[in-house]
Amino acid sequence: MKASNTSNSDQSWYSRLISSTIGKIVFSFVVLLITYFVLQQGYLFLRDSEAPQIVVVLVAIVWGVGGIAGLFFITNWVIEMLPGEVGRRLQPFIFIGPAIALIAWYLVVPVFRTFVLSLKGPLGMDWIGTGIGMLENYRFVFTDRIMLEAFRNNLLWMVFGTSLSVSFGLLIAVLADRSNFEKIYKAIIFMPMAISFVGAGVIWKFMYTYKGAGVGIQEIGLLNAIVLALGGQSQPWLNIPPWNNFFLIAIMVWLQTGYAMVVFSSAIKGIPEELLEAARIDGANEFQVFFRITIPYIKGTLITVATTIVIFSLKLFDIVRVMTGGNNGTNVIANEFYLQRFTYGNTGRASAIAIILLVAVIPVVVSNVRQLNKDRRRF
Amino acid sequence: MADGTKKQKRTSTYLINGVLILICFLWLLPTLGVFVTSFRQSQDIFNSGWWAIFPHKEDIEIDRFKLDDSADVDGVMEVEGTQATFEELREGIELEDGRKLTWYGNKRTREIVVTERRWVGFSTDLTLKNYQDVLTGKDIKFTDGSGNEIVKRGNNLGDAFLNSIAVTIPATVIPILIAAFAAFGFSWLKFPGRDILFTLIVAVLVVPLQISLVPILQDYTQMDLNGTFLGIWLAHTGFGLPLATYLLFNYISSLPKELLEAAYIDGASNFTILTKLIIPLSVPALASFAIFQFLWVWNDYLVSLVFLGEKTRVVTYALASIVGEKGQDWHLLTAGAFVSMILPMLVFFLLQRYFVRGMMAGSVKG
Repeated sequence: MKASNTSNSDQSWYSRLISSTIGKIVFSFVVLLITYFVLQQGYLFLRDSEAPQIVVVLVAIVWGVGGIAGLFFITNWVIEMLPGEVGRRLQPFIFIGPAIALIAWYLVVPVFRTFVLSLKGPLGMDWIGTGIGMLENYRFVFTDRIMLEAFRNNLLWMVFGTSLSVSFGLLIAVLADRSNFEKIYKAIIFMPMAISFVGAGVIWKFMYTYKGAGVGIQEIGLLNAIVLALGGQSQPWLNIPPWNNFFLIAIMVWLQTGYAMVVFSSAIKGIPEELLEAARIDGANEFQVFFRITIPYIKGTLITVATTIVIFSLKLFDIVRVMTGGNNGTNVIANEFYLQRFTYGNTGRASAIAIILLVAVIPVVVSNVRQLNKDRRRF
Repeated sequence: MADGTKKQKRTSTYLINGVLILICFLWLLPTLGVFVTSFRQSQDIFNSGWWAIFPHKEDIEIDRFKLDDSADVDGVMEVEGTQATFEELREGIELEDGRKLTWYGNKRTREIVVTERRWVGFSTDLTLKNYQDVLTGKDIKFTDGSGNEIVKRGNNLGDAFLNSIAVTIPATVIPILIAAFAAFGFSWLKFPGRDILFTLIVAVLVVPLQISLVPILQDYTQMDLNGTFLGIWLAHTGFGLPLATYLLFNYISSLPKELLEAAYIDGASNFTILTKLIIPLSVPALASFAIFQFLWVWNDYLVSLVFLGEKTRVVTYALASIVGEKGQDWHLLTAGAFVSMILPMLVFFLLQRYFVRGMMAGSVKG
């Protein structure tokens, strides 16, 4: 009798503690502390452990994936324990909070921090000058010989890379639409999108490789072998400015044509068949149909794709880094950013370059936000 | 006339397919070359192009002899029944029976090599050794073009591959979870500042990530996050979140309203609705983004170069350092390139539909 009484009061003591507000807060606090402890232990293990690689990798995956799921679950559980009104008010912020916090930390605040750094010296400590002298890093960016060369090269990338990718993409999309094996053709052209720029760099370095003239030397690079077979002289393609830029741009065209093609292909399929038929019955030939109907109909898509590839070529880094390191007149803005920050250790100049990159994409940011507001009004 | 147009149509179909086959061939050629090369013996790679593995005619040495002292190297010599000068022999002389005579070396060697054009390339000498060499971190031995044995340190691509997996999987799952919660919040919950915050997310969609590298690296140095998995996951999450939230928002906000109202009436909490209803319904959108993010992180070079570096090498980093250290060791480079490509290629061929959708949606990312 007595025993059962104790256990009964034990239970009520426990449930009373859980249901009281203070108890709830204390309890949730303890749970959060335990969660924090477990996650921290995982972090320390991953950082310091000498365990075999495969163990570390497995722990990392479980810890990373499980950690984020657990965090959400526990935080939500804590919020749901809070009294009605407060919990309901707070809950939306639990849902959007992590995303907003991370985006703020990684993308929004850095815009301002980088701008401030761009007005400072190489070590990011003191202002680089006073008055107009504050803009010294920007003066460097717009007058330095290497920077000007980088600007010129980025212009080449943007103009030739974009126009070639877009034209090839459009040509293949239109042709594939009327062919017998559309899926296979498209898969082959799209495949390079799966390859990293570093991997693509190796693939094309091998295409361009050069051994030099000499008795009994056989070129093993395909391009030089073809040139030799046609009676020409083999060349160190990546060392001849300014043409080496075009050999690098070819790599980007190889990578990006697939993207353009797929987007164009779905746009072309959206053109009403009757429209094309009507034009043909009126006696238009295929070229007229293409230029008078297809192109105007997919104009919006054309602009979107071209903009995307222009932005892509503006930020281009990996290909140049791996292929030439920016030497022999092939430097680009993003590579110079990397060199300034990590090779020459000048955060001020690197930040100024990053700000230039940001300013270049502002028109696209504005147009995206405008489009969003337009869509909102439609709802 | 109907016959005429049909014929015309058929020729144009042939033409279209012909052009496309040509373009596809050109597109595949660079990858094919690397693929073939990665299986060839190191010595072969240095001495002949990869296309040499296909059957073709080649001059094969069948004999080699020395001229006796009576031959006048500065004048006309009689060799194997023909008259020739040193210069002519140096260039090579074709005999009527198909054999070819070539002077070996300088004038003093007096050595003539006899070759014959024969079909070769039917028996290929392929190997998996290049892959073994590039995956291991131990010392490796191979022969160069002149037959010298060379010892170098392996690049340990095996460990780098595992590191890439440890980086990529959480860096794909974490942003998806966070973005699913945020997208749900933005589309179905009401709270102050909703529109402004969402506009902010759309605004940073195309912001180049170079803008973040300098300040975030400062933070990481202070927080001791450089070279850690957590650091790189968070970085990829931060850079991937705007796109993930935007894509998932577009999808989740278009789900039928009645579905959610019914669930609310049944007394389900927001958390339950999201995990039991919204996420299962959004699988196509989640899969598209997952594939895009997976490939983006796997193929990324810049972010891992800055935040991981030498401490925790991923495949792109390791491959780039092979390019730097062993730029002419094509047997290692080509095998390394394929190791780095194998997983994305698998995803490409197995999940092509989602892959294409994800890459199309993700191409705007900054």
